[in-house]
Amino acid sequence: MMEHPTVVRLCHWASALAIVILIMSGLQIFAAFPSFGEKIPQRDLFIPPASITLGGFLAGGLQWHLTFAWLFVAAGVAYVVYQAISGNYTQVLFARRDIPGVWPMVRHYFLFGPKPPQHTTYNSLQKLAYTSALAFGAMLMVTGFALYKPVQLSPLVTVLGGFRFVRIWHFAAMCGLLAFIPGHIVMVAIHGWKNFASMWTGGAVTEKL
Amino acid sequence: MNRTRRELLKMTPLAAAGLLLSEGARTWITGKGVALSDAASGLLFRTGHLAPTFGDHQVTPLERFPLNSYLVDDPEVDLATWRLEVSGLVSKAGAYTLDAIRALPKVMQNTQHVCVEGWKVIGNFGGVRASDFLTLVGADPTARFLEVKCADDYYESLDMDSIRHPQSLLCYEMYGQPLAREHGAPLRLIMPTKLGYKQAKYIVSLRVSNVLPARLGFWEEQGYPWHGGL
Repeated sequence: MMEHPTVVRLCHWASALAIVILIMSGLQIFAAFPSFGEKIPQRDLFIPPASITLGGFLAGGLQWHLTFAWLFVAAGVAYVVYQAISGNYTQVLFARRDIPGVWPMVRHYFLFGPKPPQHTTYNSLQKLAYTSALAFGAMLMVTGFALYKPVQLSPLVTVLGGFRFVRIWHFAAMCGLLAFIPGHIVMVAIHGWKNFASMWTGGAVTEKL
Repeated sequence: MNRTRRELLKMTPLAAAGLLLSEGARTWITGKGVALSDAASGLLFRTGHLAPTFGDHQVTPLERFPLNSYLVDDPEVDLATWRLEVSGLVSKAGAYTLDAIRALPKVMQNTQHVCVEGWKVIGNFGGVRASDFLTLVGADPTARFLEVKCADDYYESLDMDSIRHPQSLLCYEMYGQPLAREHGAPLRLIMPTKLGYKQAKYIVSLRVSNVLPARLGFWEEQGYPWHGGL
């Protein structure tokens, strides 16, 4: 039997909301200069369509981004502090001993292999997914602050390869987090309503997923 | 915690998401978010921390230095009769000629120019420290804001901490040449600690003050953040 603690549930949904808004408003901001190159001559990489952007124009996108970035940071910090204090991080943090378990799970999920026996709350592949999503989130926060304050944080910008590269890292981390979301939603859909409901209510899920 | 409060707490994220459906709530929330960001920008700003400077070989060629005029590239300033009007909390208010400004110690710097759109270039800028000019005109050292008005009807307001930063220039030269008309002749702000839209061009007046003007700035009134600090 397991349940999601209140702090974890609040952080999960706060960051889920923040991530959707940040990605859409981030694409709105990107649309103002949809390139990682020079301003002159400008070579556009791709122009995000209005259907996936938020804010209507650059200032609107910035307003959303500068607002929900704080929620994202607050939820992320609260989650990490809670996991560290409660000791629950051992359930989700991918460790060296999880490495051998990844391939059997991949084979099970994607290649119809046998289901490996499971002794822990989360399997190795889940741990890898959650840990990398958290790492991408942390990378988004660090690169986001560097983009927002490239002068105050000039040593950090230098380490990351300069302002232009910080934009690239920020975008790449967004892509990484984005890649986590479909798998996460599909898994929740496959493994049942109870687990999804539990993220809302905190109620127990009897079956180990 | 009783049952009802638990139920309510569970619905917090959903309620937060639902709130965003109302335009009034959206405007309120993003208004608070931008205000928080501006407050943080003010707190994070360090007067003694210099923006990176670059070697001459790293400077973006002048012909590739972008122009982002909001109205016209050339507001047709009469350079012969141009004066900088100074008013507000200063002991020597009046009209200052370009020669009076140029008489102050000259500073040249290769610094980054970052646009809110997300691009940046490195430019070579020459001028005088804004702080030196404020001393010349006897500005109240405790004054908090500077209002800037421009020949093309652009306007800005800035925090004095950033204006007094040692790399904040009243710039009259780019790439060793007098400021070209499209780059803001005869005088513009160069502040590597600020986004581009804070660095007004074609300046015609400065006003030192302790209260922010009703009209914060041209782009600010379109919804861009006021602090704009990097």
